[in-house]
Amino acid sequence: MLSGRQELARDGAMSALLRRVESRLAGLQDQAPARSDKVIADEASRSGLTRRDFMKWATAMTAAMSLPPIFAPYVAQAAQVLDRIPVIWLHMAECTGCSESLLRTDAPTIDTLLFDYISLEYHETLMAAAGWQAEANLEHAMETYKGKYVLFVEGGIPAGQSAFYLTIGPQAHTGEAITKKAAAGAAAIFAIGSCSSFGGVQAAKPNPTNAQSLSKVINKPVINVPGCPPSEKNIVGTVLHYVLFGTLPAVDRLGRPKWAYEFRIHDLCERRGRFDAGEFVERFGDDGAKKGYCLYKVGCKGPYTYNNCSREKFNQHTSWPIQAGHGCIGCSEPDFWDVMAPFEEPRADNLFGPPFGSGADATADKVGIFLLSVTGVAIATHAVLTTIEGSFRNPKDEQDNSSPSDK
Amino acid sequence: MSTQRVVVDPITRIEGHLRVEVIVDQDNVIQDAFATSTLWRGIELILKGRDPRDAGFMTQRICGVCTYSHYKAGIEAVENALGIEIPYNATLTRTLMAQALFMHDHPVHFYHLHGLDWCDITQALSADPRKASDLAFRYADLPIATGADELTAVQRRLKTFVDKGHLGPFANAYWGHKTYHFTPEQNLIVASHYLKALEVQRNAAQMLALFGAKQPHPQSLTVGGVTCIMDLQNPARLGEYLTKFEEVSDFINRAYYADVKMAAEAFIGEGSVLAGCGVKNFMAAKEFQINRSETLFDSGIILDGDLGKVHEINESKITEEATHAWYSDNQPFHPYEGQTSPNFTGYRDGDTANGKAKIIDEKGKYTWVKAPRYDGKPMEVGPLAQILVSYASGNERVQKVVNDFLGETGVPVPALFSTLGRTAARMLQTKLIADHGKTTLMSLVENLKVDQETCAPYVIDTNKTYRGRYIGDVPRGMLSHWVNIKGGVIENYQCVVPTTWNASPKDAAGQHGPYEAALIGTKMADPTQPLEIVRTIHSFDPCLACAVHVIDTQGNSLAEYKVDPLSC
Repeated sequence: MLSGRQELARDGAMSALLRRVESRLAGLQDQAPARSDKVIADEASRSGLTRRDFMKWATAMTAAMSLPPIFAPYVAQAAQVLDRIPVIWLHMAECTGCSESLLRTDAPTIDTLLFDYISLEYHETLMAAAGWQAEANLEHAMETYKGKYVLFVEGGIPAGQSAFYLTIGPQAHTGEAITKKAAAGAAAIFAIGSCSSFGGVQAAKPNPTNAQSLSKVINKPVINVPGCPPSEKNIVGTVLHYVLFGTLPAVDRLGRPKWAYEFRIHDLCERRGRFDAGEFVERFGDDGAKKGYCLYKVGCKGPYTYNNCSREKFNQHTSWPIQAGHGCIGCSEPDFWDVMAPFEEPRADNLFGPPFGSGADATADKVGIFLLSVTGVAIATHAVLTTIEGSFRNPKDEQDNSSPSDK
Repeated sequence: MSTQRVVVDPITRIEGHLRVEVIVDQDNVIQDAFATSTLWRGIELILKGRDPRDAGFMTQRICGVCTYSHYKAGIEAVENALGIEIPYNATLTRTLMAQALFMHDHPVHFYHLHGLDWCDITQALSADPRKASDLAFRYADLPIATGADELTAVQRRLKTFVDKGHLGPFANAYWGHKTYHFTPEQNLIVASHYLKALEVQRNAAQMLALFGAKQPHPQSLTVGGVTCIMDLQNPARLGEYLTKFEEVSDFINRAYYADVKMAAEAFIGEGSVLAGCGVKNFMAAKEFQINRSETLFDSGIILDGDLGKVHEINESKITEEATHAWYSDNQPFHPYEGQTSPNFTGYRDGDTANGKAKIIDEKGKYTWVKAPRYDGKPMEVGPLAQILVSYASGNERVQKVVNDFLGETGVPVPALFSTLGRTAARMLQTKLIADHGKTTLMSLVENLKVDQETCAPYVIDTNKTYRGRYIGDVPRGMLSHWVNIKGGVIENYQCVVPTTWNASPKDAAGQHGPYEAALIGTKMADPTQPLEIVRTIHSFDPCLACAVHVIDTQGNSLAEYKVDPLSC
């Protein structure tokens, strides 16, 4: 319980914050190019969305961003003024999965985003222009909206002596050079996906193309929105946060917005009760799998992974890996391809012989690792007891001699 | 004879990074053509030394568009190597997910990637919505998203957008180009379907996510089977798939089918659309097990456009070579033996139709894509190959939809060997899945009554070496993954992917790959507005991140390539 004084202080801070948001939104309203017909209800109905739907979405987004409900109307308003902000989206060494994820956003729908809220000046997967005309769009946007556009980068960036592994445009500029130039004029910079946040799959050992994260290539603050891919909610929510507050969101030590990446997958996992009860899937397809037991022993990396998948899921809350019976592979953590592999073995087992040297642990939460290895021991004890009872077989025990994890 | 070079880079609305250069004569007819992948990632090299059970997760990241294809291929190549028979439930679940991927991928390709090559959106502004609404009934019994009110709303929305003077992703395209042939009303219909398809694709993606956790990059396959047993035991989940399946099928039949028919009618006189097939060898693999005895599509090879004979695929005749690719060795290798090292030789300065640019060295090496060949011949893979192979094999379902389509449009069989044919085949393939894919779910439901197995146990013996492969047909065509396992880890991994076949450069014998051959002979209306090139290349549905290879960089110094960052 808060004391009366604390409550007053909190209210004071809250109203100060609300005033700041209001003035920020008012500022955006004034920013050119202003639209004369800007009435929220019109906006909503023109995009085939009722005002009620829109407010429902805004409330959901507000919750997703861990903001108090009082912010919902501001979130709605923020979405309305998004078209004031030109967007440049660059594709580097990537698989387009993040763009595909963006395409799945449902409210605002992607067409609403494109037609009514943002001005997507350059996006290779979606733009109509090609070749010289496409490059002209990029040049035009960087020039015309200098200091105002928001830059999104998808993909790792082959850098330095290896920059030639990616060239784009009739002048065959390297991806690295284009990124640097685009970053120089950007108002805010977002690394979308684990590739641009941390290098991604192409940067996994031995990183043949010297692919780097965006933050290693440029000298400006970068908000990392990792995930392979990040959910549609995390991409759109990150933009809204910027519009709403006019500042970059609070981030963790890896540059990830706290509203999305503050908690571990494990913290809010739907199978957490099973973990606490010591009920584990021993092999995919067993009785435990049929009953939704914890996936830790078949390799779930939820305890080491910070993301809101357990809460937001994917594809409009349709599902997420743990619901589909497969452990988390840790895809929003740095170097997860090296650190979290093998994906179907518990990580505590690897603690004393990490596959790629001791550096593997450095990037994860050491306390968590310690606790998990203790848990690992507990699990092993549990497993032995259960085996004695003869109620299950553990293929991992049978394979222990042939386990490929000790590379 | 004076010639001119046209450079198109980036080719947008594709997955990955692609450049195309062509040489046109004084009549703007394309004399020679070169396709260049401008990105290299090296995933196969990264796979070496890893746990084979992780291969599917990593190969999946080759592509976020055909995301599930490489996941399944990576898992099944390892299963093949280890000799694992997966449970029937797992097979059917994998088919359900593959169906969902096709039903997502093909409409998205047609409307959002390829659609703007056919539809001049700016022309839709002058359409009469009522006339357009009536017109829609000519192509479908029950058209979707084309009521007069709805079309009026779409048109008003486009107008508001254009009036803002801020065209965003639609800016600076080839609007008004001479090879656009839809009437304003037809353009409005497609524009409306462009928007509707954005909505439908979300449902199609959910179909895959129901059993796959998420889309893109699902996560419910494991070596031995599938992990989504709880979803399979849940009748609400199965029902949700069925409902979404019907919703998406409805769009395919009432919009996608109708719009391709409309395109066939409108573009039948357009030379650049009826040509566009230079390599007439086609290869396709069997795919879509829908019950214990049937697969939807057949495997085989057609040579020189001869539909009278379907040859069997002999895996040992598949090779890859790199005479014109940025790798140092040039001789052909079978995928199990493949080994190459990058050797980037850069671009040079040159003149083009649009001004000075960097250009490739077509006599030397010019792309990151290698040249796969079958028995020394280039092959086209993809929906057109799949439809032709199944048609020629006597597959009755395929013959029926193809004959119906040809009958309804008046398009003759030879016209299938074209840019239009490729686009139509992709639609027909989607329609076949929509029409028969429900069988898969019903087979699964029947089996689940008596059998709950979803995963087969197995052991990886570290003292043994294993070798295995996956060969199947995915949205962009025949895909194969080849794996060697030694000491419990991956020793070598090779992916021979659809876009590698189609985007392949010239080989040692001087034979062009399908993209390049498709462009040669095309007459362009205006070399500075290369819509014909973009349209034909898009008809292959390029997926370039898939197509680039690596095996070994050890001990090779890479060519130096310096770019002044300030000159960008």
